[in-house]
Amino acid sequence: MTALPATTSNARLTAPLSRAKVGMASLIFMESAFFSAFLVTYLYYIGKSPDGPQPLDCLELNLVLVNSVCLLSSSITVVLAVRSLARGAMGAFRLWLAVTILLGLEFLLGTGYEWWGLIEDKGLTIQSNAFGTNFYSLVGFHAFHVVVGLVLLIGVFILSLFGCINPARDHRRVDVATWYWHFVDVIWILVFTLVYIVGRVPQGAAA
Amino acid sequence: MQWAISVDHKKLAMMYIGAGLIFFLVAGIEAAFMRLQLAQAGNEIVDPETFNQLFTMHGTTMVFLVGMPILLGFGNYLIPLMVGARDMAFPRLNAFGFWLFIFGGLLLYFSYVGADGLYGAGTAPDVGWFAYAPLTSRTFSRGNSTDYWILGILVSGFGSMTTAINFIATILCMRCPGMKLMRMPMIAWMMLVVAFLVLVAIPILTAAQSMLLFDRTLGAHFFDPETQGSAILWQHLFWFFGHPEVYILILPAFGFVSEIMPTFSRKVIFGYPLMVAATVGIGFISLGVWAHHMFVVGLGPVLDSFFGATTFLISIPTGIKIFNWLGTMWGGRLQFTTPMLFVTGFVAMFVIGGLTGIMLATVPMDWQLSDSYFVVGHFHYVLFGGTVFGIFGALFYWFPKATGRLLNERLGKWTFWLLFIGFTLTFMPMHVSGALGMPRRIYTYEADRGFEIWNLISSIGVPVQMAGVAIFLWNVGRSLRRGEVAGDDPWDAWTLEWSTSSPPPEWNFDRIPTCTSARPLWDRKHPEDPDAHYE
Repeated sequence: MTALPATTSNARLTAPLSRAKVGMASLIFMESAFFSAFLVTYLYYIGKSPDGPQPLDCLELNLVLVNSVCLLSSSITVVLAVRSLARGAMGAFRLWLAVTILLGLEFLLGTGYEWWGLIEDKGLTIQSNAFGTNFYSLVGFHAFHVVVGLVLLIGVFILSLFGCINPARDHRRVDVATWYWHFVDVIWILVFTLVYIVGRVPQGAAA
Repeated sequence: MQWAISVDHKKLAMMYIGAGLIFFLVAGIEAAFMRLQLAQAGNEIVDPETFNQLFTMHGTTMVFLVGMPILLGFGNYLIPLMVGARDMAFPRLNAFGFWLFIFGGLLLYFSYVGADGLYGAGTAPDVGWFAYAPLTSRTFSRGNSTDYWILGILVSGFGSMTTAINFIATILCMRCPGMKLMRMPMIAWMMLVVAFLVLVAIPILTAAQSMLLFDRTLGAHFFDPETQGSAILWQHLFWFFGHPEVYILILPAFGFVSEIMPTFSRKVIFGYPLMVAATVGIGFISLGVWAHHMFVVGLGPVLDSFFGATTFLISIPTGIKIFNWLGTMWGGRLQFTTPMLFVTGFVAMFVIGGLTGIMLATVPMDWQLSDSYFVVGHFHYVLFGGTVFGIFGALFYWFPKATGRLLNERLGKWTFWLLFIGFTLTFMPMHVSGALGMPRRIYTYEADRGFEIWNLISSIGVPVQMAGVAIFLWNVGRSLRRGEVAGDDPWDAWTLEWSTSSPPPEWNFDRIPTCTSARPLWDRKHPEDPDAHYE
């Protein structure tokens, strides 16, 4: 049947791409589309809440800046973790991974504390006005994705505790898993810019 | 049980297609009730509330539970076989996506018994398949029916998204040696673009539905005009999903035509590179046309002209495809088997649907015809005359591969002609009744409007179509038991799925094949004159 003399270019494997990488990249692409809907909606509603609590009065930068520094630096620590794993240094890997997880947890707890203050002191809820609706939806969905990323990282951490992670075999896999964490960070940069910088304008001006 | 726990792409694909066909019957019966009600002026067969539920469930089911799963099912079946792989890139994710689709569909239909909430039993969703705000707000949509609509589609949407990820990873990473991108079967290209569109469009719907769910359950204000929320925003988000969705439903059918037509014209596909370029072009342009669904909203002349122009633009790559198919048939030794009849019918019907689409893209014309039966006629020409005809062609073409037995040709031709005639009877008159001013979604009409004869003809077409579908089901049952044994390659085709046995073993290929050209099987059959020499 195979009478054709296979030329060298034909015999070559055509697909050097890793399916894990392509799969994760597709997932991130899809999640970006999801967030773009919420980001655009947030942008659309800026300045359209004449009644109720206002962003300028509610949003304070101190706490959220600490949270942001934690989340963004966790992107660096997770890279250090993957590099340690690639070197075969399991101890350093676990340490940096634990630091990453703790930084992520700080972000979540900090967001929770901020929300508590917003609800208790400022009276801002999802029902208050368009600002409240958009704020809690966008920031909430981002926090939810941080939770998903944390579940991923904690899963890897537990596997490593039970000796299921083989550096030579698995460091690329772990690397792909951390792409999601970087994605969550990048989305936070957009959310932060939109909510805490662009969005902190006097409301009702446009109305 | 073997089927329930299977991660084999072929079994999952057959379950996708089987479940899609069951939903096809359900949605068809819903449509039949609507046509029965509209056959005469002033009928009272179903009450207005039921009628609203019928068209909502018909549309939602046909788009999300018939079109998507059957087309994704064909992708699942064919992609690994056609690119020479043993399974999809992520088999377990594949099974996960399938079961999400099933549960989403069941959740939607559970609304018939479970959506009573506080306001009386048996309320299926009744807000239309595009669920415009503020009709979907708590004020106007009592009970839980709209929540069932949201959650059912949300869940099955997650299934579609995981499947799309799987398609992309399989097509990019699992091709056999020698299967360069520009040697892939056209279906693989179409499915790649479809998967890309799913990843862009479905998340937008998921986001919009989450917002709607927040509005309904948490008291948020996304689409509530009273608190400066925007009902138009829903339309933008929905149609940003909704228009690419139309191409998600038609591109795989383009793929079927591009595989079936060359086989029965005994020629290579005309203009393969241009076909690929047109597909990718459609994929991108389709992301920028959504507001042509919203001309009557009053977006202003600038936006209207922009979206009218982009919509005209998309007819260029689509026209390229039509002419490439004609070029494929031109001078070929045509064999009008049942699959060929269906794809030829596809091209003819799709051209009509495309031309009425251009009429509707003309803003002043759309102002006249929007939300009339003309629109209903238009999109049924595209989705029934297009997608469903393509699906039937594909069913007849690949049935022997999946089961090892051919479908009966004589019964197949009966199915085609009954569907073709019944389809034309039902949907051609809708253009007239629509132009006469009959709005869509009305449950009845008065006798003196000149609508009666057109509606009667439309309704007469329904039993003709049902006869065609019944013969098809009979054909399937009969051929499964004592159909003609197909052999590996009943159509003398050229793509890799015909190089393995029918049905293929679970591992697809005993030895991973090598691809030497865009028609690897031709090269094996004709070593004296292989395509590879002309590349």
